[in-house]
Amino acid sequence: MMRKFTICAILCLVVMGVTGCGYNTIQDLDEKAKAAWGDVEAAYQRRNDLIPNLVETVKAYAKHERETLQAVTDARAKVGSIQVSKDMIGDPKTMAQFQEAQATMSSALSRLLLVVERYPDLKANQNFRDLQHQLEGTENRINVARTRFNNAVQNFNFSIRMFPYNITNSLILHLKEKEYFKADPGAAKAPQVKF
Amino acid sequence: MTYRKRNISRISNLIFIFICLFLTLSSPLSALRSAYALDVPPLRGYVNDYANMMSDQTRAKLEAELKAFEESDSTQLVILTIPSLQGEVLEEFSMKVAEAWKIGQKGKDNGIIFLVASQERKIRIEVGRGLEGRLTDLTAGRVIDLAIKPRFKRNDYNGGFTAGVHAIVDAARGEFKAEERRAPTRKKQGSPLPAIMIFSAIALAVLGRFSRVLGGAAGAVGLPFIAYFVLGSSIITAILLGVLGLLLGIFLPTLVSGRGGGGFIHTGGSWSSGGDSGGSDFGGGFSGGGGDFGGGGASGDW
Repeated sequence: MMRKFTICAILCLVVMGVTGCGYNTIQDLDEKAKAAWGDVEAAYQRRNDLIPNLVETVKAYAKHERETLQAVTDARAKVGSIQVSKDMIGDPKTMAQFQEAQATMSSALSRLLLVVERYPDLKANQNFRDLQHQLEGTENRINVARTRFNNAVQNFNFSIRMFPYNITNSLILHLKEKEYFKADPGAAKAPQVKF
Repeated sequence: MTYRKRNISRISNLIFIFICLFLTLSSPLSALRSAYALDVPPLRGYVNDYANMMSDQTRAKLEAELKAFEESDSTQLVILTIPSLQGEVLEEFSMKVAEAWKIGQKGKDNGIIFLVASQERKIRIEVGRGLEGRLTDLTAGRVIDLAIKPRFKRNDYNGGFTAGVHAIVDAARGEFKAEERRAPTRKKQGSPLPAIMIFSAIALAVLGRFSRVLGGAAGAVGLPFIAYFVLGSSIITAILLGVLGLLLGIFLPTLVSGRGGGGFIHTGGSWSSGGDSGGSDFGGGFSGGGGDFGGGGASGDW
């Protein structure tokens, strides 16, 4: 009887050791967070690629809005100057920089779209409507990618703090918590037309 | 005898605690889901006209057309109309539907959801990742602007849905081909968890009669495996299930039979076959194939 229990206890420990130490799990969640970050970047890149076309189209109809258009162009240049990489999700400073640049971009864009309301000709232009669809599409993709990224980060951060994974992490992996993507500071002010 | 009885009650207490732990850990998720103002309605077929916007004739016609389209192209296009968004943002609700229904084939991600909120007069075409190249945001936007919107404005809903579906199908056709003799349906919406749980309990009890070690090992490995691969539950839940399974595997036979398991290790029984048959009692309804959505598509109103 005693021997049977000993065997059982040892088996318990071995099985728990193999499935429970979490080395693979942490690696998996780390990769997932990085992949999710890739989607966030791609979505933002997509938006950036749309900007020149949008600016050109608006310029044709709304020449007087030079300031607003300039703000968008500047924001795009600023976004482009930030080096993005997969490692930056572990780096709060670059991450904050990236988020700030994108937030500036978002507010410049929403100002532009607000201005456009004054130009019925432009709004009726099929080219502009197409651009608007694309822009809405990218904004939606950005939202989706960000939500999924934050979920992935949450899973990862929890995994390296959860017992007994935290021991595995502190002994072998030494991974740091990842940064969440915070909501834009200007998002509260951005005109939300959809209801 | 009294020693054994006390032992058993202590064991069942332990199992109870673990079940509680498991339920506590999984409950925040379901609580979160029900906190939404508007739940995703069940998937009934290709046409889910909850807002009653179409005539029976149109509904039947579109249902047949979309079925034929899936059979030829494997692309799934599903229509959903709802009476009201109840304050939810259109795009967020649409994504919720996409994540719940998983329209489109796994790996191809070729699902499309054509969503209409009747009271808010809003239209959304949600496009799966695999179709974003063909049915771009731009194309989806034009389908809304040119095919759907004008007809909806004239209150010609039947015409709007038909024209919209035709335009979407034309745009998406040819991107994917259906595989030869594909199994027509897959998983039902409801969770197969209860069936699998019962099956694994029986399997564990049987295995555990041969030896506690075998039962424990089967429980510890099998339960999380099923949870992780069949249900796609989180790794953390899977690990907890592993511990639960281990305990169940060791102690369930004792509880069931009221006496200790045999002393020898029986190597004949394999547990893995149980996983397949445990999940096989699914119904024959229409369902999504596990397609992934990344937020592509377009919105509009009329």
